[in-house]
Amino acid sequence: MKMALAVLILLAIAAPGLTEPQTMVIGYLGQRRKPPPPLGPRDEAVTDDGLQGARLGIADDAGTGRFLGQQFRLQEKVLSPGEEPDGAVKEFAAEGISFVIADLDAAQLLKASAAPGAERMLLFNSRAPDDRLRQDECRINVLHTIPSRAMLADGLAQYLVWKRWRHWFLLVGPHSGDQAMAVAFRRAAARFGADIAFDHPWTFRPAEGRADTGHVTLQTEIPAATQVGDYDVLVVADEADEFGEYLEGRTALPRMVVGTQEVVATGWSPVNEEWGATQLQDRFRKQAGRWMLPSDYAAWLGVRSVGEAATRLHSVDPLAISKYLRGDDFLLSGFKGQGLSFRPWDGQMRQPVLIAGSRLLVSISPQPGFLHQRTPLDTLGIDVEESTCKF
Amino acid sequence: MQVLIALLLVMSALAAPAAAETIYVSNEQDNTVAIVDGATMTLQATIDVGRRPRGLALSVDKKTLFVAEGDDNRLDLVDIAKRQVVGQLPSGADPEFFVVHPDGKRLFVANENDNLVSVVDIAAGKVVGTVDVGVEPEGLAVSADGSTVACTSETTSMVHLIDSRSLELIDNLLVDTRPRAAAFSADGKQLWVSSELRGTVTVFDTATRAQTGKVEFMVPGIRREGVQAVGIEMSRDGATAYVALGPSNRVAEVDTMTLKVRHLYLVGQRPWHVALSDDQKRLVSANGNSGDISFIDLENQEVVKSVPVGRGPWGVVIGP
Repeated sequence: MKMALAVLILLAIAAPGLTEPQTMVIGYLGQRRKPPPPLGPRDEAVTDDGLQGARLGIADDAGTGRFLGQQFRLQEKVLSPGEEPDGAVKEFAAEGISFVIADLDAAQLLKASAAPGAERMLLFNSRAPDDRLRQDECRINVLHTIPSRAMLADGLAQYLVWKRWRHWFLLVGPHSGDQAMAVAFRRAAARFGADIAFDHPWTFRPAEGRADTGHVTLQTEIPAATQVGDYDVLVVADEADEFGEYLEGRTALPRMVVGTQEVVATGWSPVNEEWGATQLQDRFRKQAGRWMLPSDYAAWLGVRSVGEAATRLHSVDPLAISKYLRGDDFLLSGFKGQGLSFRPWDGQMRQPVLIAGSRLLVSISPQPGFLHQRTPLDTLGIDVEESTCKF
Repeated sequence: MQVLIALLLVMSALAAPAAAETIYVSNEQDNTVAIVDGATMTLQATIDVGRRPRGLALSVDKKTLFVAEGDDNRLDLVDIAKRQVVGQLPSGADPEFFVVHPDGKRLFVANENDNLVSVVDIAAGKVVGTVDVGVEPEGLAVSADGSTVACTSETTSMVHLIDSRSLELIDNLLVDTRPRAAAFSADGKQLWVSSELRGTVTVFDTATRAQTGKVEFMVPGIRREGVQAVGIEMSRDGATAYVALGPSNRVAEVDTMTLKVRHLYLVGQRPWHVALSDDQKRLVSANGNSGDISFIDLENQEVVKSVPVGRGPWGVVIGP
């Protein structure tokens, strides 16, 4: 009897230890941005894109975690304009946080990855599409869940080539992002056998299309700006969304517009409801009260990657998770028809690229017939042979 | 002449068991159920149902076909004899898949958006209970003795075992990424769960709830990500399982003892679900992307016919 009692007491002592939940705290590091002025009357200003995706990722991680004794929490920090990321990284480090969704522009991301304390962290780049972050400026402590510009351009190029729309008119905006996107489009054209018949900079001043006579000005200016020889499609590089939207329906020749406006190549779009995405979109809308944007999706992917690894490993050990994320076995379900994983050579997440219209999905790349010795997903973006990344 | 008639009678008598069956297919993109005659393998009728029909099942008396309509948040009841919708049942939100409990009185429905399994009392026409499960519940199965209901959750990557009487969760078992279908063996000793993104089936011993094996599928000439395991159908004798392999356009015949693939059948594009005939000699697959169903002669191990049925065939059941 005494023996039994002793055993019971021992069990009572041991029990809390056995059922103690494992807790994973993931950091979110964003930066306050001025939302661009809405282009059209139906556009809504969004100030929490990225953050809402990370929050939904935590809710989804917790959905599995509650059955496995794992808890997930998001620690949110948003940088003010001009604020260096060092302080936030230091605070994350002090709190023992190892995984951070870095919802930052390229320059801030590089600073964050070099900040004291970040050497013991893994950052998920959920915002910056810059190819240089996957090439010469790649970092060992950064994984990329947002597709690179090269991936987006390759995805679009495959679709255009599949359609046999091989002659492009490339129209490039003035900003550095537009220029970088144009570089990606040119590279994609060369890779997949398209021909850039015309390659022009956009030199008109940004117009105000919503002024009372806005359409009159555009109706006059756009035909002039697009007055070139014959081509199949107009490929526009306008990441800032300053003029791309003005092109459709106004070009000199009756041609469609693709690229950063109209039919776009993107990691995510509110129009995707295939591969079970309806449920993800519904959950997101319920939580955030708006549509899920590409940066939301990329942040969600980062949080879900950590959660998926913790689930599979039955552990929240940061070293084990970091190793597993980069390994061959890691596979994340991302509502795009096939499992997603990280490229070991530059830390970029392999993923299909959506070709999206404004109201419905048009297609998804890689397109049928574009083959690769490993996976067709590696036909998008920088392949291992072209990689200049050295960790 | 008499001999000829006698011969014809004998022949029709021989053919009868296989002939007296009807195949019902849900066309997800057409909002219809296609009715195909099993003897002639021809489309007999297409009936309008609610929006986005996917899961299908026959009532225990085989007089009623239940159809889950994801976009209408309900189930339609189709009278098999009349071949028309005669009523509706509530289902909870966004029903995709469901099972008919062997007691004939209840349905267990997966509500994909609400992370719930709803229990529907057929006679009362009411949801009488719900069970909280993981994120995006999808596949459902019930053991032959009715004691246990299994439900997969896609984003949670689990199969949840539910006590069908108390509606309590018995256990939550981790499976491979994005699980779709669950199926119990006829003797109730095994539970099979397919993983769409890994292209595997995980096999559990239902007594110990331990994983006892895994079926891996490889299709020559198709890359790993193109081989995705979806619908599962188990033979009544317990020796064989059939697994639809989605974008690889194949259905696998699996030996349940060795867990080895015995045969791969090339069917239409993107088979979602498969169903066995009552005599277990024939399998039908619903092929989502090619808009048809494939008839497989299991004795001769060959695909004998494909029949166009509509856009987006998803669920398939075989009845009298």
